[in-house]
Amino acid sequence: MFDASPLNRRNARNEMLVRLLLGAMTGLLVLPVLLILGTLVYKGGPIISFEFLFTSPTNGMTAGGIFPALLGTIFLVLVALLASVPLGVAAAIYLSEYAPDNWFTRAINLAIINLAGVPSIVHALFGVGAFVIFFRFGTSILAASLTLAIMTLPVVIVATRESLQAVPQAFREACWNMGATRWQTIRRVVLPNAVSGILTGVILEVSRTAGETAPIMFTGAAFFLPFLPQSVFDQTMALSLHLFVVSTQVPGMPEELPFGVALVLICMVLAMNSLSIALRMYLRGRKRW
Amino acid sequence: MDAAGGTELAIRTRKLNLWYGTFQALFDVDLEIRHGMITSLIGPSGCGKSTLLRSVNRINERLGYVRITGSVDVLGHDIYAPEVELVQVRQQVGMVFQRPNPLPISVRDNVLFGYDLHAGGRRKSRAEREEVLEDALRQVVLWDKVKDRLDHKATALSLEEQQKLCIARLLPVKPGVLLMDEPCSALDPRGTEAVEELIWELRGRYTILIVTHNMAQARRASEECIFMLLGKVIEHTDTAEMFVTPRHQETADYIEGRYG
Ligand SMILES: Nc1ncnc2c1ncn2[C@@H]1O[C@H](COP(=O)(O)OP(=O)(O)OP(=O)(O)O)[C@@H](O)[C@H]1O
Ligand SMILES: [Mg+2]
Repeated sequence: MFDASPLNRRNARNEMLVRLLLGAMTGLLVLPVLLILGTLVYKGGPIISFEFLFTSPTNGMTAGGIFPALLGTIFLVLVALLASVPLGVAAAIYLSEYAPDNWFTRAINLAIINLAGVPSIVHALFGVGAFVIFFRFGTSILAASLTLAIMTLPVVIVATRESLQAVPQAFREACWNMGATRWQTIRRVVLPNAVSGILTGVILEVSRTAGETAPIMFTGAAFFLPFLPQSVFDQTMALSLHLFVVSTQVPGMPEELPFGVALVLICMVLAMNSLSIALRMYLRGRKRW
Repeated sequence: MDAAGGTELAIRTRKLNLWYGTFQALFDVDLEIRHGMITSLIGPSGCGKSTLLRSVNRINERLGYVRITGSVDVLGHDIYAPEVELVQVRQQVGMVFQRPNPLPISVRDNVLFGYDLHAGGRRKSRAEREEVLEDALRQVVLWDKVKDRLDHKATALSLEEQQKLCIARLLPVKPGVLLMDEPCSALDPRGTEAVEELIWELRGRYTILIVTHNMAQARRASEECIFMLLGKVIEHTDTAEMFVTPRHQETADYIEGRYG
């Protein structure tokens, strides 16, 4: 009596088809990623060595390592973070905990979301106008990092605001009812519970920043510098720009070198993302409500 | 805020009207609640019980569109007077919610949260804090159950324990008035009984105003009873009297379950 009816069989066949189709789509999506990674590892892998990572380029960049660029990228990202995290977190706290819910706040929120969609080349031009010329920072790490900071600010704000809003309203009410001020509530209850989300947002932002080329190209990153930067007012090399240079601008480049640079850059980004995922899982596991 | 100032009244409202936008939720509410009493607030859903409760610690005004006329005095002082500091009001008037809402920190930190806030910058000595902690937990009959779990997360306690904890954490700041909005409705019968007993224990030391949908509970756990209907106070008398000889037809109908 429990045998399949024709209708059951037809449904089962459709189910099967849909599943296959969706699976194939997903496969198509994963394929390019695997191909890119595979090519990079295959072609760039052999060149990676201690020398490659920790010495300067030589012979018109066709030999030697990438140390100044690697260090430069780390510098750029760190300074950008120092600027964007305090600013972004503060703005997000204001928007989600203090600002009244009216048309003005909503307009600001909308503006921030739209800011995230502005192409990076536009940010680059803004950076040149504002930091390099107007504030007279010249083409420097400071100008480049601030440009990166402006570009990633919306991401920090949105991530922070989302993790603040994920903290249950009941906690806030409990605090207010015991006579806590807004700031006491934020500092003792809201922030500690939102910090995991904020951190992951920040780390994801880092990985995005590390790969950007346009915003730093005109504001502080140099083609080639024989020395390491001494202060934030110096120019620096950077991995992303270096990759662009070695793959398109220099004749007689050994084929594996650009692949090696790309591999290092990707590994940096992937490491950051994995760190962010691990951190999120760790902090999630710790909190319970 | 200094002590009762000679008056016996813990809560007194005069011609209290409240609007949510254009919708009027309270109509000319006049109430006089004596010090140290347990008063239950009953009435059909939507009649304004929570609204009334929430205007006694000014939590309603967080919603920008609430408008109030009339006055609410707590312990002889108008809490809507312009010079009143909200934090002081909240300290004097504690609130317990329908769903227990302990903070996601340890049991100890939950109980001492308000205490530490109001201690200002001066950090109290360890011994002093431990004493306050034990006293508060003993008052809510929770000490023996949680004394070995003081550093566990409060959110891991059972619902009944959580609700008791939520009452306990109000006590260290020495409130005069406790407002409870259906404090037992998330609990099972045993938990309900335990929390009711506790409320009865607190009688005399605190003025308690408790909203309930449970007639039996109102009858068991309160000395006076207020019946509300459509934003108006219909009847306010001795609980025993209200349940035996209600003065108004509406009250009788409600008590006998004709409003649902
Ligand atoms: N935040 C609000 N905004 C607008 N109207 C509200 C708001 N809160 C309550 N009301 C309205 O005010 C009236 C009284 O609500 P209130 O919550 O005080 O009733 P209640 O007696 O506590 O009901 P219940 O027994 O269901 O808890 C209801 O008609 C409700 O729709
Ligand atoms: Mg209610």
